[in-house]
Amino acid sequence: MAQRVSLFVTCIVDQLFPQIGMAMAHVLERLGYQLDFPEGQTCCGQPAFNSGYRQEARIVARHFLDVFEKCEAIVVPSGSCASMAIHHFPDLFAKEPETLARVRALRERIWEFSTFLTAVAGVEDVGARFPDVVTFHDGCHALREMGVKSAPRRLLAQVRGLELREMQPAEECCGFGGTFAVKFGELSGAMARTKVEAILRTGARSVVSLDPSCLMQIRGALSRAGSEVRTLHLAEVLASR
Amino acid sequence: MSAEFQQHIHDTLADGRLQSAVYTSTGRLKEGRSAVVAHDVLPDYQELRTQANAIKKHAIENLDHYLEEFERNVEAHGGRVVWCKDGSEVADFVLELAKERGARLIVKSKSMLTEEIDLNERLERHGLESVETDLGEYIIQLAHERPYHIVAPALHKTREQVADLFTARLHVPHETVIEKQTATARAVLREKFLAADIGISGANFLVADSGAIVLVENEGNARLATSAPKIHIAIAGIEKIVPRAQDLATFLKLLARSATGQLLSVYTSFLSGPRRPDEIDGPEEFYVVLVDNGRTRLLQEREKRQSLYCIRCGACLNACPVYRKIGGHSFPWVYSGPIGAILTPQFLGVQREPALPFASSLCGACAEVCPVKIDIPKALLDLRCEVKKAEMREKQNRLEKLAFRVFAWVMSHPRIYEMAGRMAGSAFPEENAGWLRRVPGLMNFGPMRAWADQRDLPPPPARSFREMWRRR
Repeated sequence: MAQRVSLFVTCIVDQLFPQIGMAMAHVLERLGYQLDFPEGQTCCGQPAFNSGYRQEARIVARHFLDVFEKCEAIVVPSGSCASMAIHHFPDLFAKEPETLARVRALRERIWEFSTFLTAVAGVEDVGARFPDVVTFHDGCHALREMGVKSAPRRLLAQVRGLELREMQPAEECCGFGGTFAVKFGELSGAMARTKVEAILRTGARSVVSLDPSCLMQIRGALSRAGSEVRTLHLAEVLASR
Repeated sequence: MSAEFQQHIHDTLADGRLQSAVYTSTGRLKEGRSAVVAHDVLPDYQELRTQANAIKKHAIENLDHYLEEFERNVEAHGGRVVWCKDGSEVADFVLELAKERGARLIVKSKSMLTEEIDLNERLERHGLESVETDLGEYIIQLAHERPYHIVAPALHKTREQVADLFTARLHVPHETVIEKQTATARAVLREKFLAADIGISGANFLVADSGAIVLVENEGNARLATSAPKIHIAIAGIEKIVPRAQDLATFLKLLARSATGQLLSVYTSFLSGPRRPDEIDGPEEFYVVLVDNGRTRLLQEREKRQSLYCIRCGACLNACPVYRKIGGHSFPWVYSGPIGAILTPQFLGVQREPALPFASSLCGACAEVCPVKIDIPKALLDLRCEVKKAEMREKQNRLEKLAFRVFAWVMSHPRIYEMAGRMAGSAFPEENAGWLRRVPGLMNFGPMRAWADQRDLPPPPARSFREMWRRR
């Protein structure tokens, strides 16, 4: 078991939702890991990649490689950003064998937060208490690119006082999609409202997800609709006692 | 984004009735599919997909070989294969044949390819009457519209709208009971079938080793259209080829399940050649028109080639949260939904609607349900790249390019990144824990406005994560 864990908190957590990064750090420390926050970290480059700017994405991806290359295990509070490094960096450097080799060596050590807990740390019960009715939103990249479905649910099942009520459908996109959210604002907003309706139908008081960007989209739409339903990253739930 | 595309999206989103019709119908198809591919019902579903993908890959990479084998076998049964480069060659062939045989009336069964080449319009311009006989296709033909959906062309029409349409075009009493509307259409179409000189169909599969075409349908109209008239013309894209009849064991298990949630469609017809002396029905003449219309161009590019695997099941449309909001007619061409978003730019060029590959949240639901495993999200990402390259050549959208160059520079310079974050945060009012309804003055530019137009904005925190980390 890796004893030292490096945090890649992602730019969105760093700049907008630092409490998610702190919660993730608390959970990992409680499990006995030594934490490291490489100060040079910024972003995974996904906004440029998804917008068709490969050259710009490569600049950011190369920076990511430089910052994290020496780390033993890198834990990320986002399925989407982890997937960028794991699944899309190889596409970005397909024509640069040396960088590709570095990418391949690094991707084995990058972990989405919930998968790290269940697959590497081997825990489901982290000793959390969260007396609330919650529903879980499957982020598309965590679900379909990373295959994460049961890990967060197994972790939530062990939280004292927590009742999970699945929304229908849980697997439909919230409409964020990076720059899609602003390039097709009206469409993205309509998708968010459909998600919000599914959440409200459960009667849950909180929505939990693995992706800060989905949570920003959902919370933005909930707040616009005047709803009191909270949004929380899984790490925040697991850090509660 | 073209004003037209934007307007279509806006209008569809604003139409409450249409929103609920599309969301409900696609939802039903989507759930139907899920139920029949579930692990306890079809345990080898994933293996079937892998197999289907492998067969298609092999067939497409050996297209010349299998098409020639198909031609030999069709001709051995007394049929004829006609090769056409594009829609005008197809129309010329049909018109010529109609002229020689003195034909005036054509009955058609549903075919996306004939939609793709506007065959009906081309034929009608020359005085032929070409009638669609699939109920959905018949409705949209009467309404002079394009199919709304690959397998359910009139998915957007309510029964009230169909009643209005039938009354206006067929001069029948206003009738909103669906069964009675069907009876009306049947009465009209039955006469057409009996009087038709030529039947035109598509083909779901072209089977190389048996020289047969396979038609999959539910209404029986394709069977009638291909057997009642004296001449049957099947028109299909060259990518419809499968090497062996036994490959159908894979595809027929996947097609109806993916399309409509049926285990098998009501009718599956194998047609190979004209009526033989000992047979009691079937056409006297049998033609298979093999159409390129841009397909060989795709074949040249390894990454795009896999779009030719598509079996037109429409599952990606039903799974797509974007299609379910913007519907079929927002898309610029006959193919809609995720497959349309890649086929349109691949066939017509990215300039046709440069925004199309960007109209996706890249959620991946399409790839998850595709029975032949086309990696649509990856194709979209590649097309986005192609659009940006085209824009650079044309010196368009330079502000966005500049923005991403700045982004890359900032994100590869951590100190600048930290400073930029602080500056952006300071443009917001002091933290008051609430999410913001409006963008503060200094930050009030394009993307921020587009966000706040639909959703509230998170208030920037007092400290970034790295600042909190340093202080602990």
